[in-house]
Amino acid sequence: MNFALTAEQIEMYNMAKKFSEKEMIPYASEFDQNSTFPINQIKKAWELGFVNTCIPVEYGGNGLSLVDAVTVGEALSYGCMGMHTSIMCNDLALTPIVVGGSEEQKERFLRPFTESPLLASFCLTEPGNGSDAAGIQTTIKDKGDHWVLSGEKMWITNAGHADWFVVYCSIDPKLKHKGISAVVVSKDFEGIEIGKKEHKLGQNCSDTRSIRFNNVKVPKENMLGGPGEGWKIAMKTLDHSRPLVSSIALGGSQRALDLSVEYAKERKQFSVPLSKHQAIQFMIAEMKMKVEASRLLIQKAAWLADQGEQNTTIASTAKAFAADSCMQITTDAVQIYGGYGYSKEYPVEKLMRDAKLIQIYEGTSQIQRLVIAREVLGK
Amino acid sequence: MNIFVCVKQVPDTETKVQPNGDGTFIETNSIKWIMNPYDEFAVEQALLVKAANAGSTVTVVRVGGVKDTEALRTAMAMGADEAILVEAEDNLDSYSIAKALKGAIDKSGKSADLILCGKQAIDDDCLQVPQILATMMELPSVSVIVGFEQDGDKVTVKREIEGGALEIYELNKPCILATNKGINTPRYASLPGIMKAKRKPMQQLSLGDVGVTADDRRVVYSDFQLPPEKPAGKKFDAMDEADQQKVVEEVVGLLRTEAKVI
Repeated sequence: MNFALTAEQIEMYNMAKKFSEKEMIPYASEFDQNSTFPINQIKKAWELGFVNTCIPVEYGGNGLSLVDAVTVGEALSYGCMGMHTSIMCNDLALTPIVVGGSEEQKERFLRPFTESPLLASFCLTEPGNGSDAAGIQTTIKDKGDHWVLSGEKMWITNAGHADWFVVYCSIDPKLKHKGISAVVVSKDFEGIEIGKKEHKLGQNCSDTRSIRFNNVKVPKENMLGGPGEGWKIAMKTLDHSRPLVSSIALGGSQRALDLSVEYAKERKQFSVPLSKHQAIQFMIAEMKMKVEASRLLIQKAAWLADQGEQNTTIASTAKAFAADSCMQITTDAVQIYGGYGYSKEYPVEKLMRDAKLIQIYEGTSQIQRLVIAREVLGK
Repeated sequence: MNIFVCVKQVPDTETKVQPNGDGTFIETNSIKWIMNPYDEFAVEQALLVKAANAGSTVTVVRVGGVKDTEALRTAMAMGADEAILVEAEDNLDSYSIAKALKGAIDKSGKSADLILCGKQAIDDDCLQVPQILATMMELPSVSVIVGFEQDGDKVTVKREIEGGALEIYELNKPCILATNKGINTPRYASLPGIMKAKRKPMQQLSLGDVGVTADDRRVVYSDFQLPPEKPAGKKFDAMDEADQQKVVEEVVGLLRTEAKVI
């Protein structure tokens, strides 16, 4: 039993934290208010190896473990949860290729991402189905020498900037999850229509749009696995990506805790700093408890995946706990800051808005509980 | 070209410093160490010179405690090729440190073409290791440099002086230069850099190995103390017009006699 990070992991964390303090925090508020896409941050992050953590060494990646990746993810999200959602988006989109692609596909699709800062989007959700992911209506039809893809996807991160899309579709929606397939689609394919940028509550710098596929011709060799293999690939992807997404919540939680501690020590009420009032002490203690517990759950979920073991339940546990904790912690941070906390002049209200999304994307907190309950109670 | 960079490991700037039990140094148990920020400029400059001179190597040298080797690991993750660590207590004086650095460079078997240091360490602010080292090695040296150009064996550097004016020096290699903020923007260590650093060679030496003895100490620290706590500010009430003349006189009097600023 050993809870210590390695010397390299500590160094990765410190370096990512430095990046987040110098390159992200100074821009976070402005990018949020103007909905500016953090393209410079993404490019710089790519140069330092923060993007595409999932790509194996064989295809030009850095060979990071998932524990490495969540350690870096926490440090970057500390700077801005919205920016890191856009930085991390490639991992979500490329993991299906890592877990479900052939050698030839991995070489063809993954390597270019290690050679220049390309972006990719993961397209699962549709206007009519979110949590019920197996109810996909986007179809893919076999036309002999190629596929034809039609349908609409919703809430697609980085859609306006993506070079590639990994799209989940169905050979026959009646087959439910047995019909789901995954294809890799270039933004240059004919018939792709990118929707307008969505206005959101938080994570405003991250680009979110709908995409319509109007009878898009897709080469046969761009399907991952085979027809009907998509569901398995999606589930395996989530085992890998949920710890990563949880680390976004953790970074936000740690930031809210640090800002609360700083403010509680300096702000005086009734002639003493807030930190001398037990009501505030308890809120801060509660934050610390949740931060520590989130971190351990995330590290365990990531570590299990690194050992090649099934981590689905613990990944859902980490995701639900870290996301719900982040919502609570950032809300309490606003409470501790009082009127100032409600003002956009101070950084905590943005954390609260950014946090909400983490309870929703990559499986809502309710879906995570469903996964956990199924495991605990049996199907 | 053989480039050496002398780096020091210092407490993180946010550290709350406390004297240790016997007052010979600060409490180091729970300190987070970082590379001295002025040394980051030296490492970056070395890497820039290396990139411009094919076949060069960058060796980072540090004298200090071994519990944590953060500064050397960071330098190698940024791109330095190898490291030498001379094990010593963290409160060594400047003379001993310079002698140890010279010993380590001599012992490396490489003849130094360029030695870079930060202009000062942000912990003890002594500002003298580069100069002592230059004297010991009998090499030309310029400190507080903010500009660097190289033409064959000739090096032209800009040195910042009081008031922001610049002095320009021409030196021949080998030489010792001490960097200031503004000379470059230190790169971040990349994740692949951090992973590669693990496999780069780090040689560990003792003070004895590099010819430093207890007799070399010129300064012995004995009584580290925190500065006295600042007394609370004085408040004067002059809301009432009738009191104002009196209060102003009192404040002016205190500024003369107590604060001694006017």
